[in-house]
Amino acid sequence: MLGTEHPNVLQVSDLHVHVKSNNGINTLVQDINITLKRGKILGLVGESGCGKTVTSMSILQLLDRKTKTIEGSIVVKGRELNGLDDKEMRKIRGKDIAFIMQNPMNAFTPVFTIGHQFIETIRSHTQWNKKQATEIAIEAMHHVNLPNPVKLLKYYPFQLSGGMLQRVMIAIAACLHPAVIIADEPTTALDVNNQKIVLRHLDKIRSEYGSAILLISHDLGVISEMADEVAVMQNGKIVEKADVFQLFDEPQHEYTKKLLNARSILHLDEPIIHFA
Amino acid sequence: MSLLQVKEVTHSYGSRSIFNWKDRSKKVLSDISLSIEEGTCLGLLGKSGAGKSTLGKVILGLERPQNGQILFQGHDIYTADNHIRKKIRRNLQVVFQDSYSSVNPRMTAERIIAEPLENYEKLTVAEQKRTIVELLERVGLSEVDLKKYPHQFSGGQLQRINIARAISLKPKLIVLDESVSSLDMVNQTLILELLRELKEDFGLSYFFITHDIKSAYTISDTLGVLEKGELVELYGSKNQFFTSEHPVVKEMRGSILAEHPRYRSVRTREKHTKSI
Repeated sequence: MLGTEHPNVLQVSDLHVHVKSNNGINTLVQDINITLKRGKILGLVGESGCGKTVTSMSILQLLDRKTKTIEGSIVVKGRELNGLDDKEMRKIRGKDIAFIMQNPMNAFTPVFTIGHQFIETIRSHTQWNKKQATEIAIEAMHHVNLPNPVKLLKYYPFQLSGGMLQRVMIAIAACLHPAVIIADEPTTALDVNNQKIVLRHLDKIRSEYGSAILLISHDLGVISEMADEVAVMQNGKIVEKADVFQLFDEPQHEYTKKLLNARSILHLDEPIIHFA
Repeated sequence: MSLLQVKEVTHSYGSRSIFNWKDRSKKVLSDISLSIEEGTCLGLLGKSGAGKSTLGKVILGLERPQNGQILFQGHDIYTADNHIRKKIRRNLQVVFQDSYSSVNPRMTAERIIAEPLENYEKLTVAEQKRTIVELLERVGLSEVDLKKYPHQFSGGQLQRINIARAISLKPKLIVLDESVSSLDMVNQTLILELLRELKEDFGLSYFFITHDIKSAYTISDTLGVLEKGELVELYGSKNQFFTSEHPVVKEMRGSILAEHPRYRSVRTREKHTKSI
Protein backbone atom coordinates (compact mmCIF):
# COMPACT_ATOMS: atom_id res chain seq x y z
CA MET A 1 0.00 0.00 0.00
CA LEU A 2 2.88 2.31 0.65
CA GLY A 3 3.34 3.49 -2.90
CA THR A 4 6.68 2.28 -4.06
CA GLU A 5 6.04 4.38 -7.16
CA HIS A 6 6.37 7.47 -4.97
CA PRO A 7 9.75 7.40 -3.26
CA ASN A 8 8.94 10.86 -1.93
CA VAL A 9 6.10 10.13 0.43
CA LEU A 10 5.78 13.75 1.43
CA GLN A 11 6.59 16.69 -0.76
CA VAL A 12 5.98 20.22 0.39
CA SER A 13 6.71 22.90 -2.16
CA ASP A 14 6.62 26.68 -1.87
CA LEU A 15 4.55 26.62 1.28
CA HIS A 16 3.47 30.02 2.56
CA VAL A 17 1.16 30.60 5.49
CA HIS A 18 -0.39 34.02 6.06
CA VAL A 19 -2.53 35.16 8.93
CA LYS A 20 -5.13 37.89 8.70
CA SER A 21 -5.33 40.14 11.70
CA ASN A 22 -6.55 43.64 12.48
CA ASN A 23 -3.16 45.00 11.49
CA GLY A 24 -3.29 43.48 8.03
CA ILE A 25 -1.72 40.31 6.73
CA ASN A 26 1.25 38.70 8.48
CA THR A 27 3.37 35.94 7.04
CA LEU A 28 4.05 33.09 9.44
CA VAL A 29 6.14 30.81 7.25
CA GLN A 30 7.43 31.28 3.73
CA ASP A 31 9.19 29.34 0.98
CA ILE A 32 9.12 26.00 2.73
CA ASN A 33 10.33 23.16 0.54
CA ILE A 34 10.64 19.74 2.15
CA THR A 35 10.86 16.26 0.69
CA LEU A 36 10.58 13.20 2.83
CA LYS A 37 11.58 9.78 1.54
CA ARG A 38 10.25 6.45 2.70
CA GLY A 39 11.87 5.30 5.95
CA LYS A 40 13.85 8.49 6.41
CA ILE A 41 13.82 11.04 9.18
CA LEU A 42 13.94 14.76 8.49
CA GLY A 43 14.71 16.91 11.50
CA LEU A 44 13.26 20.39 11.71
CA VAL A 45 15.13 22.61 14.17
CA GLY A 46 14.67 26.16 15.35
CA GLU A 47 13.95 28.38 18.32
CA SER A 48 10.49 28.57 19.82
CA GLY A 49 8.26 30.75 17.68
CA CYS A 50 10.12 30.22 14.40
CA GLY A 51 7.25 28.45 12.65
CA LYS A 52 8.05 24.76 13.16
CA THR A 53 4.63 23.91 14.49
CA VAL A 54 2.81 26.09 11.93
CA THR A 55 4.55 24.10 9.20
CA SER A 56 3.40 20.79 10.65
CA MET A 57 -0.11 22.07 11.24
CA SER A 58 -0.38 23.27 7.67
CA ILE A 59 0.69 19.86 6.36
CA LEU A 60 -2.17 18.36 8.35
CA GLN A 61 -4.49 21.19 7.30
CA LEU A 62 -5.28 21.86 10.92
CA LEU A 63 -4.98 25.63 10.80
CA ASP A 64 -8.10 27.76 11.06
CA ARG A 65 -9.01 28.59 7.47
CA LYS A 66 -11.00 31.65 8.44
CA THR A 67 -7.93 33.52 9.55
CA LYS A 68 -5.05 31.68 7.92
CA THR A 69 -4.35 31.00 4.28
CA ILE A 70 -2.06 28.24 3.09
CA GLU A 71 -0.39 28.66 -0.30
CA GLY A 72 1.73 26.11 -2.08
CA SER A 73 1.47 22.41 -2.53
CA ILE A 74 1.55 19.54 -0.05
CA VAL A 75 1.67 16.14 -1.71
CA VAL A 76 1.41 12.93 0.30
CA LYS A 77 1.80 9.67 -1.63
CA GLY A 78 1.03 11.47 -4.85
CA ARG A 79 -2.06 13.22 -3.56
CA GLU A 80 -2.44 16.98 -3.15
CA LEU A 81 -3.65 17.87 0.33
CA ASN A 82 -3.82 21.64 0.22
CA GLY A 83 -7.41 22.72 -0.26
CA LEU A 84 -8.88 19.29 0.42
CA ASP A 85 -12.17 19.51 2.30
CA ASP A 86 -12.49 18.46 5.93
CA LYS A 87 -14.23 15.20 5.22
CA GLU A 88 -11.47 13.97 2.92
CA MET A 89 -8.75 15.27 5.23
CA ARG A 90 -10.21 13.33 8.13
CA LYS A 91 -9.64 10.11 6.19
CA ILE A 92 -6.00 11.00 5.71
CA ARG A 93 -5.17 12.18 9.22
CA GLY A 94 -4.36 9.25 11.42
CA LYS A 95 -4.11 6.85 8.49
CA ASP A 96 -1.64 8.27 5.98
CA ILE A 97 -0.25 10.98 8.23
CA ALA A 98 -0.01 10.36 11.93
CA PHE A 99 0.69 13.12 14.41
CA ILE A 100 2.56 12.81 17.68
CA MET A 101 2.11 15.83 19.86
CA GLN A 102 4.41 17.48 22.33
CA ASN A 103 2.33 17.14 25.44
CA PRO A 104 0.83 13.69 25.83
CA MET A 105 -1.14 14.84 28.87
CA ASN A 106 -3.23 17.22 26.76
CA ALA A 107 -3.46 15.07 23.65
CA PHE A 108 -5.96 12.63 25.12
CA THR A 109 -9.51 13.33 26.17
CA PRO A 110 -9.61 12.97 29.95
CA VAL A 111 -13.17 11.61 29.99
CA PHE A 112 -12.60 8.47 27.90
CA THR A 113 -10.36 5.49 28.55
CA ILE A 114 -7.19 4.91 26.56
CA GLY A 115 -8.87 1.89 24.96
CA HIS A 116 -11.88 3.91 23.82
CA GLN A 117 -9.67 6.46 22.10
CA PHE A 118 -7.36 3.86 20.65
CA ILE A 119 -10.15 1.73 19.19
CA GLU A 120 -12.00 4.77 17.87
CA THR A 121 -8.93 5.74 15.85
CA ILE A 122 -8.56 2.27 14.39
CA ARG A 123 -12.24 1.79 13.58
CA SER A 124 -12.72 5.14 11.92
CA HIS A 125 -10.19 4.17 9.28
CA THR A 126 -10.90 0.46 8.82
CA GLN A 127 -13.73 -2.05 8.53
CA TRP A 128 -12.65 -3.96 11.60
CA ASN A 129 -15.08 -4.67 14.40
CA LYS A 130 -14.49 -3.82 18.00
CA LYS A 131 -12.92 -7.13 18.89
CA GLN A 132 -10.48 -7.05 16.01
CA ALA A 133 -9.61 -3.43 16.73
CA THR A 134 -8.91 -4.30 20.35
CA GLU A 135 -6.53 -7.01 19.23
CA ILE A 136 -4.74 -4.59 16.93
CA ALA A 137 -4.48 -2.08 19.77
CA ILE A 138 -3.04 -4.67 22.16
CA GLU A 139 -0.52 -5.76 19.58
CA ALA A 140 0.52 -2.18 18.86
CA MET A 141 0.98 -1.52 22.57
CA HIS A 142 3.06 -4.67 22.93
CA HIS A 143 5.20 -3.33 20.17
CA VAL A 144 6.22 -0.24 22.14
CA ASN A 145 6.95 -2.36 25.25
CA LEU A 146 3.99 -1.20 27.27
CA PRO A 147 3.44 -3.63 30.11
CA ASN A 148 0.04 -5.32 30.39
CA PRO A 149 -1.80 -3.66 27.49
CA VAL A 150 -5.15 -5.32 28.25
CA LYS A 151 -5.24 -3.57 31.60
CA LEU A 152 -3.88 -0.31 30.20
CA LEU A 153 -6.75 -0.05 27.73
CA LYS A 154 -9.14 0.30 30.65
CA TYR A 155 -7.18 3.14 32.22
CA TYR A 156 -7.89 6.83 31.92
CA PRO A 157 -5.11 9.11 30.67
CA PHE A 158 -4.43 10.67 34.08
CA GLN A 159 -3.61 7.26 35.51
CA LEU A 160 -0.52 6.92 33.32
CA SER A 161 2.78 8.75 33.47
CA GLY A 162 3.84 11.13 30.71
CA GLY A 163 6.36 8.68 29.28
CA MET A 164 3.80 5.88 29.12
CA LEU A 165 1.17 8.13 27.54
CA GLN A 166 3.67 9.22 24.92
CA ARG A 167 4.31 5.57 24.12
CA VAL A 168 0.55 5.00 23.85
CA MET A 169 0.39 7.91 21.42
CA ILE A 170 3.20 6.39 19.37
CA ALA A 171 1.34 3.08 19.38
CA ILE A 172 -1.83 4.80 18.12
CA ALA A 173 0.13 6.67 15.51
CA ALA A 174 1.90 3.55 14.33
CA CYS A 175 -0.88 0.96 14.39
CA LEU A 176 -2.24 1.87 10.96
CA HIS A 177 1.24 1.94 9.44
CA PRO A 178 1.12 5.53 8.20
CA ALA A 179 3.33 6.71 5.36
CA VAL A 180 4.28 9.84 7.26
CA ILE A 181 4.58 10.49 10.97
CA ILE A 182 4.85 14.07 12.12
CA ALA A 183 6.41 14.14 15.56
CA ASP A 184 6.21 17.62 17.05
CA GLU A 185 8.65 17.81 19.97
CA PRO A 186 7.87 14.19 20.94
CA THR A 187 10.22 14.11 23.92
CA THR A 188 10.28 17.69 25.16
CA ALA A 189 7.65 17.17 27.83
CA LEU A 190 9.28 13.99 29.06
CA ASP A 191 11.73 13.17 31.76
CA VAL A 192 15.26 12.74 30.39
CA ASN A 193 15.20 9.09 31.40
CA ASN A 194 12.21 8.44 29.16
CA GLN A 195 13.45 10.37 26.15
CA LYS A 196 15.71 7.71 24.76
CA ILE A 197 13.11 4.99 25.26
CA VAL A 198 10.52 6.96 23.32
CA LEU A 199 13.00 7.77 20.56
CA ARG A 200 13.94 4.10 20.28
CA HIS A 201 10.31 3.12 19.78
CA LEU A 202 9.83 5.83 17.20
CA ASP A 203 12.83 4.49 15.31
CA LYS A 204 11.53 0.94 15.57
CA ILE A 205 8.27 2.01 13.91
CA ARG A 206 10.26 3.69 11.16
CA SER A 207 12.47 0.71 10.43
CA GLU A 208 9.65 -1.84 10.56
CA TYR A 209 6.88 -0.07 8.68
CA GLY A 210 9.00 2.21 6.55
CA SER A 211 7.21 5.31 7.77
CA ALA A 212 8.90 8.60 7.01
CA ILE A 213 9.21 10.88 10.02
CA LEU A 214 9.18 14.65 10.17
CA LEU A 215 10.85 15.21 13.53
CA ILE A 216 10.39 18.66 14.97
CA SER A 217 12.58 19.59 17.90
CA HIS A 218 14.61 22.39 19.39
CA ASP A 219 16.86 19.86 21.06
CA LEU A 220 19.93 19.18 18.95
CA GLY A 221 20.51 16.04 21.00
CA VAL A 222 17.29 14.54 19.67
CA ILE A 223 18.22 15.59 16.14
CA SER A 224 21.70 14.14 16.29
CA GLU A 225 20.33 10.86 17.61
CA MET A 226 17.62 10.48 15.01
CA ALA A 227 17.77 12.53 11.84
CA ASP A 228 19.07 11.69 8.37
CA GLU A 229 18.64 15.21 7.12
CA VAL A 230 18.12 18.45 8.98
CA ALA A 231 16.33 21.66 8.03
CA VAL A 232 17.07 24.69 10.17
CA MET A 233 14.28 27.22 10.51
CA GLN A 234 14.51 30.85 11.52
CA ASN A 235 11.73 33.44 11.43
CA GLY A 236 9.48 31.31 9.27
CA LYS A 237 12.11 30.39 6.67
CA ILE A 238 14.33 27.40 6.16
CA VAL A 239 17.81 28.88 6.26
CA GLU A 240 19.82 25.72 5.84
CA LYS A 241 19.18 22.14 4.82
CA ALA A 242 21.83 19.44 4.93
CA ASP A 243 22.74 15.91 5.83
CA VAL A 244 22.93 15.59 9.60
CA PHE A 245 26.65 14.82 9.65
CA GLN A 246 27.44 17.64 7.31
CA LEU A 247 25.34 20.07 9.33
CA PHE A 248 27.06 19.24 12.60
CA ASP A 249 30.53 19.24 11.06
CA GLU A 250 30.34 22.15 8.66
CA PRO A 251 27.40 24.41 9.37
CA GLN A 252 27.05 26.98 6.60
CA HIS A 253 24.55 29.51 7.86
CA GLU A 254 25.32 31.90 10.72
CA TYR A 255 22.15 30.93 12.54
CA THR A 256 23.03 27.22 12.41
CA LYS A 257 26.41 28.04 13.87
CA LYS A 258 24.71 29.98 16.63
CA LEU A 259 22.47 27.03 17.44
CA LEU A 260 25.38 24.63 17.49
CA ASN A 261 27.34 26.98 19.71
CA ALA A 262 24.47 27.21 22.14
CA ARG A 263 24.96 23.49 22.50
CA SER A 264 28.72 23.36 22.82
CA ILE A 265 28.79 25.78 25.75
CA LEU A 266 27.80 22.72 27.76
CA HIS A 267 31.35 21.32 27.35
CA LEU A 268 30.18 17.77 27.65
CA ASP A 269 31.79 16.17 24.65
CA GLU A 270 34.51 14.28 26.43
CA PRO A 271 32.65 12.34 29.10
CA ILE A 272 29.75 11.46 26.81
CA ILE A 273 31.92 9.70 24.30
CA HIS A 274 33.05 7.39 27.03
CA PHE A 275 29.81 6.58 28.68
CA ALA A 276 26.92 7.07 26.31
CA MET B 1 30.03 27.32 58.61
CA SER B 2 27.97 26.29 55.65
CA LEU B 3 25.33 28.65 54.35
CA LEU B 4 22.69 25.98 54.39
CA GLN B 5 22.69 22.67 56.17
CA VAL B 6 20.12 19.97 55.73
CA LYS B 7 20.32 17.51 58.62
CA GLU B 8 18.73 14.08 58.48
CA VAL B 9 15.52 15.28 56.90
CA THR B 10 12.72 12.76 56.57
CA HIS B 11 9.35 13.59 55.15
CA SER B 12 6.28 11.69 54.02
CA TYR B 13 2.95 12.53 52.49
CA GLY B 14 -0.40 10.96 53.24
CA SER B 15 -2.90 10.62 56.04
CA ARG B 16 -2.38 8.98 59.36
CA SER B 17 -5.35 9.72 61.54
CA ILE B 18 -6.81 7.73 64.39
CA PHE B 19 -9.46 6.42 62.00
CA ASN B 20 -6.81 5.25 59.63
CA TRP B 21 -5.20 2.58 61.70
CA LYS B 22 -3.04 1.44 58.84
CA ASP B 23 -0.14 3.67 57.97
CA ARG B 24 -0.84 4.75 54.38
CA SER B 25 1.72 7.50 54.24
CA LYS B 26 4.32 7.51 51.51
CA LYS B 27 7.87 8.34 52.36
CA VAL B 28 9.20 10.95 49.93
CA LEU B 29 12.42 11.92 51.65
CA SER B 30 14.40 9.68 53.92
CA ASP B 31 17.34 10.78 55.96
CA ILE B 32 18.69 13.49 53.67
CA SER B 33 21.79 15.35 54.79
CA LEU B 34 23.64 17.86 52.67
CA SER B 35 25.10 21.32 52.84
CA ILE B 36 25.64 24.28 50.52
CA GLU B 37 28.65 26.54 50.95
CA GLU B 38 28.50 30.26 50.29
CA GLY B 39 29.02 31.17 46.63
CA THR B 40 28.62 27.65 45.29
CA CYS B 41 25.93 25.78 43.43
CA LEU B 42 24.63 22.38 44.45
CA GLY B 43 22.90 20.56 41.62
CA LEU B 44 20.31 17.95 42.49
CA LEU B 45 19.56 15.34 39.84
CA GLY B 46 16.76 12.83 39.90
CA LYS B 47 13.93 11.33 37.92
CA SER B 48 10.42 12.68 38.14
CA GLY B 49 8.87 11.62 41.41
CA ALA B 50 12.20 11.19 43.17
CA GLY B 51 11.38 13.89 45.71
CA LYS B 52 13.50 16.70 44.26
CA SER B 53 10.84 19.38 44.46
CA THR B 54 9.76 18.30 47.93
CA LEU B 55 13.31 18.80 49.15
CA GLY B 56 13.26 22.24 47.52
CA LYS B 57 10.06 23.12 49.35
CA VAL B 58 11.43 21.83 52.64
CA ILE B 59 14.50 24.05 52.24
CA LEU B 60 12.37 27.06 51.37
CA GLY B 61 10.32 26.62 54.52
CA LEU B 62 7.16 25.79 52.64
CA GLU B 63 6.84 22.23 53.86
CA ARG B 64 7.81 21.35 57.39
CA PRO B 65 9.62 18.01 57.45
CA GLN B 66 8.56 15.37 59.95
CA ASN B 67 12.09 14.84 61.14
CA GLY B 68 15.36 16.66 60.79
CA GLN B 69 16.52 20.24 60.62
CA ILE B 70 17.20 22.89 58.02
CA LEU B 71 19.86 25.30 59.22
CA PHE B 72 20.30 28.55 57.33
CA GLN B 73 23.38 30.43 58.54
CA GLY B 74 23.09 28.34 61.69
CA HIS B 75 19.43 29.12 62.41
CA ASP B 76 16.76 26.44 62.18
CA ILE B 77 14.31 27.95 59.71
CA TYR B 78 11.29 26.26 61.26
CA THR B 79 11.91 27.09 64.92
CA ALA B 80 13.73 30.44 64.77
CA ASP B 81 12.20 33.65 66.16
CA ASN B 82 9.96 35.63 63.86
CA HIS B 83 12.42 38.43 63.20
CA ILE B 84 15.11 35.93 62.27
CA ARG B 85 12.71 34.04 60.03
CA LYS B 86 11.86 37.28 58.27
CA LYS B 87 15.54 37.85 57.63
CA ILE B 88 15.97 34.27 56.41
CA ARG B 89 13.09 34.63 53.97
CA ARG B 90 14.73 37.65 52.48
CA ASN B 91 17.91 35.72 51.89
CA LEU B 92 16.17 32.68 50.48
CA GLN B 93 14.49 33.11 47.10
CA VAL B 94 13.08 30.78 44.48
CA VAL B 95 12.55 30.52 40.72
CA PHE B 96 10.17 27.82 39.47
CA GLN B 97 9.88 25.99 36.17
CA ASP B 98 6.63 27.49 34.93
CA SER B 99 7.46 31.15 34.51
CA TYR B 100 3.93 32.16 33.57
CA SER B 101 2.20 30.73 36.62
CA SER B 102 4.83 32.25 38.91
CA VAL B 103 3.56 35.76 38.21
CA ASN B 104 0.24 37.52 38.60
CA PRO B 105 -1.14 37.99 35.07
CA ARG B 106 -2.76 41.27 36.11
CA MET B 107 0.47 42.90 37.23
CA THR B 108 2.98 44.68 35.02
CA ALA B 109 6.63 43.67 35.08
CA GLU B 110 7.33 46.73 37.23
CA ARG B 111 4.85 45.70 39.91
CA ILE B 112 5.97 42.08 39.84
CA ILE B 113 9.55 43.07 40.64
CA ALA B 114 8.44 45.80 43.05
CA GLU B 115 6.63 43.39 45.37
CA PRO B 116 9.59 42.08 47.37
CA LEU B 117 11.11 45.58 47.45
CA GLU B 118 7.92 47.02 48.94
CA ASN B 119 7.92 44.31 51.59
CA TYR B 120 11.49 44.72 52.71
CA GLU B 121 12.98 48.01 51.60
CA LYS B 122 11.77 51.49 52.38
CA LEU B 123 12.48 53.15 49.06
CA THR B 124 11.05 56.33 47.60
CA VAL B 125 9.06 56.02 44.39
CA ALA B 126 11.94 57.31 42.29
CA GLU B 127 14.51 55.09 44.00
CA GLN B 128 12.34 52.04 43.59
CA LYS B 129 11.82 52.68 39.90
CA ARG B 130 15.54 53.16 39.41
CA THR B 131 16.26 49.89 41.23
CA ILE B 132 13.73 48.05 39.06
CA VAL B 133 15.17 49.43 35.84
CA GLU B 134 18.65 48.40 37.02
CA LEU B 135 17.40 44.90 37.78
CA LEU B 136 15.71 44.61 34.38
CA GLU B 137 18.87 45.70 32.67
CA ARG B 138 20.88 43.27 34.76
CA VAL B 139 18.82 40.34 33.44
CA GLY B 140 18.94 41.53 29.83
CA LEU B 141 15.64 43.41 29.54
CA SER B 142 15.15 47.17 29.37
CA GLU B 143 13.10 50.10 30.59
CA VAL B 144 10.53 49.68 27.80
CA ASP B 145 9.48 46.39 29.39
CA LEU B 146 8.39 48.05 32.65
CA LYS B 147 4.76 48.49 31.68
CA LYS B 148 4.30 45.18 29.89
CA TYR B 149 2.10 42.39 31.18
CA PRO B 150 3.22 38.75 31.50
CA HIS B 151 1.41 37.61 28.33
CA GLN B 152 3.44 40.09 26.30
CA PHE B 153 6.67 38.30 27.16
CA SER B 154 8.07 35.02 25.84
CA GLY B 155 8.84 32.20 28.24
CA GLY B 156 12.52 33.07 28.34
CA GLN B 157 11.88 36.77 28.96
CA LEU B 158 9.40 36.01 31.70
CA GLN B 159 11.89 33.70 33.36
CA ARG B 160 14.31 36.66 33.37
CA ILE B 161 11.68 38.71 35.20
CA ASN B 162 11.33 35.90 37.75
CA ILE B 163 15.09 35.95 38.20
CA ALA B 164 15.07 39.75 38.55
CA ARG B 165 12.46 39.43 41.27
CA ALA B 166 14.48 36.73 43.01
CA ILE B 167 17.68 38.79 43.07
CA SER B 168 15.96 42.10 43.93
CA LEU B 169 16.70 41.75 47.66
CA LYS B 170 20.25 40.51 47.10
CA PRO B 171 19.59 37.11 48.66
CA LYS B 172 22.20 34.57 49.71
CA LEU B 173 20.59 31.45 48.29
CA ILE B 174 18.23 30.89 45.36
CA VAL B 175 16.40 27.61 44.89
CA LEU B 176 16.07 26.98 41.15
CA ASP B 177 13.44 24.30 40.68
CA GLU B 178 13.65 23.18 37.02
CA SER B 179 14.06 26.86 36.16
CA VAL B 180 15.37 26.30 32.64
CA SER B 181 13.70 23.00 31.78
CA SER B 182 10.78 24.37 29.78
CA LEU B 183 12.84 26.76 27.68
CA ASP B 184 14.25 26.03 24.25
CA MET B 185 17.92 25.31 23.84
CA VAL B 186 19.04 28.81 22.94
CA ASN B 187 17.19 30.37 25.85
CA GLN B 188 18.39 27.66 28.22
CA THR B 189 21.97 28.51 27.41
CA LEU B 190 21.36 32.24 27.78
CA ILE B 191 19.62 31.87 31.15
CA LEU B 192 22.32 29.52 32.46
CA GLU B 193 24.91 32.04 31.37
CA LEU B 194 23.01 34.81 33.17
CA LEU B 195 22.74 32.71 36.33
CA ARG B 196 26.44 32.05 36.26
CA GLU B 197 27.21 35.77 35.92
CA LEU B 198 24.87 36.69 38.76
CA LYS B 199 26.44 34.06 40.95
CA GLU B 200 29.83 35.64 40.51
CA ASP B 201 28.65 39.25 40.79
CA PHE B 202 26.59 38.84 43.94
CA GLY B 203 28.33 35.82 45.48
CA LEU B 204 25.06 33.91 45.25
CA SER B 205 24.55 30.26 46.09
CA TYR B 206 22.15 28.07 44.16
CA PHE B 207 20.27 24.91 44.88
CA PHE B 208 19.68 23.77 41.33
CA ILE B 209 17.00 21.11 40.98
CA THR B 210 16.70 19.44 37.59
CA HIS B 211 16.38 16.19 35.70
CA ASP B 212 18.58 17.52 32.92
CA ILE B 213 22.13 16.31 33.37
CA LYS B 214 23.58 18.80 30.88
CA SER B 215 22.27 21.93 32.56
CA ALA B 216 23.13 20.59 36.03
CA TYR B 217 26.65 19.90 34.88
CA THR B 218 26.98 23.36 33.35
CA ILE B 219 26.10 25.35 36.42
CA SER B 220 26.88 23.22 39.46
CA ASP B 221 29.98 22.96 41.57
CA THR B 222 28.79 20.01 43.62
CA LEU B 223 26.22 17.45 42.58
CA GLY B 224 23.76 15.16 44.33
CA VAL B 225 21.61 12.36 42.97
CA LEU B 226 18.22 11.65 44.48
CA GLU B 227 16.44 8.38 43.83
CA LYS B 228 13.16 7.38 45.46
CA GLY B 229 13.62 9.85 48.29
CA GLU B 230 17.15 8.81 49.09
CA LEU B 231 20.27 10.76 48.37
CA VAL B 232 22.18 7.95 46.71
CA GLU B 233 25.23 9.94 45.69
CA LEU B 234 26.73 13.27 46.71
CA TYR B 235 29.78 14.50 44.86
CA GLY B 236 32.18 17.16 46.02
CA SER B 237 33.14 17.66 42.40
CA LYS B 238 30.67 17.34 39.56
CA ASN B 239 33.09 15.34 37.44
CA GLN B 240 32.76 12.39 39.79
CA PHE B 241 29.32 11.90 38.25
CA PHE B 242 30.98 10.58 35.13
CA THR B 243 33.12 8.00 36.88
CA SER B 244 30.59 6.77 39.42
CA GLU B 245 29.63 3.11 39.21
CA HIS B 246 26.32 3.47 41.03
CA PRO B 247 23.57 1.75 38.96
CA VAL B 248 21.22 4.75 39.16
CA VAL B 249 23.93 7.09 37.94
CA LYS B 250 24.92 4.67 35.20
CA GLU B 251 21.34 4.58 33.99
CA MET B 252 21.22 8.36 34.01
CA ARG B 253 24.41 8.64 32.02
CA GLY B 254 22.98 6.20 29.51
CA SER B 255 20.05 8.52 28.89
CA ILE B 256 22.17 11.46 27.78
CA LEU B 257 21.51 12.22 24.13
CA ALA B 258 24.43 12.41 21.74
CA GLU B 259 26.04 15.78 21.11
CA HIS B 260 26.96 14.81 17.60
CA PRO B 261 25.44 12.24 15.19
CA ARG B 262 28.74 10.37 15.31
CA TYR B 263 27.94 9.28 18.86
CA ARG B 264 24.31 8.43 18.32
CA SER B 265 23.05 5.28 19.97
CA VAL B 266 19.34 5.20 19.11
CA ARG B 267 19.77 4.55 15.40
CA THR B 268 22.76 2.27 15.79
CA ARG B 269 22.11 0.16 12.70
CA GLU B 270 22.80 3.01 10.34
CA LYS B 271 25.52 4.47 12.48
CA HIS B 272 28.36 3.24 10.36
CA THR B 273 26.86 3.62 6.93
CA LYS B 274 27.29 7.36 7.02
CA SER B 275 30.59 7.77 8.78
CA ILE B 276 32.82 10.57 7.76
